[in-house]
Amino acid sequence: MEGFWSELTSNRVVTEMLPAATLETLQMVGLSALVTLVVGLPLGLLLRSVAPDGLTPNRPVSAVLGVVVNVLRALPFIILAVALIPVTRAIVGTSLGWEAAVVPLSIGTIPFFARLVETAVRDVAAGKVEAARVMGSTTAKVVSQVLVREALPSIVAAFTITVISLIGFSAMVGAIGAGGLGFLAISYGFQRFDPTVLYTSVVVIVVLVTVVQVVGDALARRLDHR
Amino acid sequence: MIELSALRKVYPSADGPVVALDGIDLSVGRGVVHGVVGRSGAGKSTLIRCLTGLEQPTSGTVTVDGTTLTGLSEKRLRTARRAMGMVFQHVNLLDSRTIAANVAFPLEVAGVPRDRRRERVAELLDLVGLGHRAGAYPAQLSGGQKQRVGIARALATEPAVLLCDEPTSALDGETTRQILGLVRDLRDRLGITVVVITHEPSVVREVCDEVTLLEHGRVVQSGPLTEVVTATGSPLSRALVPVPDLPPEARRDLVEVTYATDDVATRDAFAAVAALGEDVEVLSATVEPLAGRRVGRLLIDAPRSGTDAVVARLRAAGLDPVVTGREAVGTEEVA
Repeated sequence: MEGFWSELTSNRVVTEMLPAATLETLQMVGLSALVTLVVGLPLGLLLRSVAPDGLTPNRPVSAVLGVVVNVLRALPFIILAVALIPVTRAIVGTSLGWEAAVVPLSIGTIPFFARLVETAVRDVAAGKVEAARVMGSTTAKVVSQVLVREALPSIVAAFTITVISLIGFSAMVGAIGAGGLGFLAISYGFQRFDPTVLYTSVVVIVVLVTVVQVVGDALARRLDHR
Repeated sequence: MIELSALRKVYPSADGPVVALDGIDLSVGRGVVHGVVGRSGAGKSTLIRCLTGLEQPTSGTVTVDGTTLTGLSEKRLRTARRAMGMVFQHVNLLDSRTIAANVAFPLEVAGVPRDRRRERVAELLDLVGLGHRAGAYPAQLSGGQKQRVGIARALATEPAVLLCDEPTSALDGETTRQILGLVRDLRDRLGITVVVITHEPSVVREVCDEVTLLEHGRVVQSGPLTEVVTATGSPLSRALVPVPDLPPEARRDLVEVTYATDDVATRDAFAAVAALGEDVEVLSATVEPLAGRRVGRLLIDAPRSGTDAVVARLRAAGLDPVVTGREAVGTEEVA
């Protein structure tokens, strides 16, 4: 234990680069999660609304959205990230650094989260929607007060899963120049054969995933009155 | 209060159009509790969906409290719906809201200010006897309590009409009686008009003033409860006053008698049958409480003297007999 600790505190990659890499990972996951929430939640609600048994059925929109979401979800993330490099350059100006990584990360997880939202909202009993409509609710009110509010525990659980998969994806984009813990683990830990760096990075990632899961579960439980 | 005129609803389907409602004319006066009965698929649910304007009829008109709902824009329809409260079989409360917030929901939709909302919710929860549970969530309530909240919510905007879609079908017998008692009590105190859709004869017997029988999207029989039920051999008398099952050896032709006990005492009815002689027997009989009266039904077998002679002699005794086939008599089995 003593030896491990002195190894840890004397490893200059760990002491000098790990804190910055952790911050980069938090920044790229945090911003991507925000973008995913802001775009994916409405997209999920739209997917549900235009479905044949939704509030505002629309067959063409439903078909187009369905194809786009399925194609994006079918691509392995690392391929999507590489394929999106020109798009990233056009939006951010560079394809390197954590800011650039937000583009492929968001585009990769938005369809995933949108599908989860769609499923969560579909589970809200049709009778609740009908009751709200009989009371004279507008469609907007039905969506916000009935669909989203009743599905909120499931949506929170879906977002938790999404953030955790973002942490995993963020390690992958590290390999193609995004920095962060993934970059540290691969370039110093794996390619330069430094097991201390490798395992320390992995431990930090595990801690991040655990914290997200615990916080997400607690929030979902608090919101759930079923 | 409610006027349905030549109401038709046709759904398209893969096997051609399905006629759910086929020319319904119906009128329900203010303060009346009107029951709509029929088997599943008879058009009851479509009827109530047309009443709320959730479903637009193919043709015909729906008028509620002076407003014709057919052909209204979605916006005006939303306002018109506030004149109606609806109670559902599965209650459909929002699990994420306390029961007070559930009752407040229609008031929020109607744009009632917060202070007024709070007062009204307290009033409504007291009205249904749940004032002490305001902060509870639906999951913490029993089925009967949930339905009380459902009724309070339906009454929130002071609607002129209360629509109840199988309100007690998911409840046990005692809870059903309490909920029906509450509905009757509300009608008496608030003068509200009530439409109850149900497949349970006991619900109609306990709470309705008038009743309509639907079959294949048409009105088969409609009228004040005591009248339709005491008409011997009528479909509603058989549906609402079912007798116990006949013995398996019963013959094909039977004589059926229905009477209200304030017209003919049950002992007099039985005396009239006894006077027919030894080979005439009552195969099945019941006396049910109904709309404050008691209604009796007898199924009589007359193997040797023949049904015609029995009918003539019972008629002479002041009863209203008809000859009937054993398939059509309405036993508990088929009710």
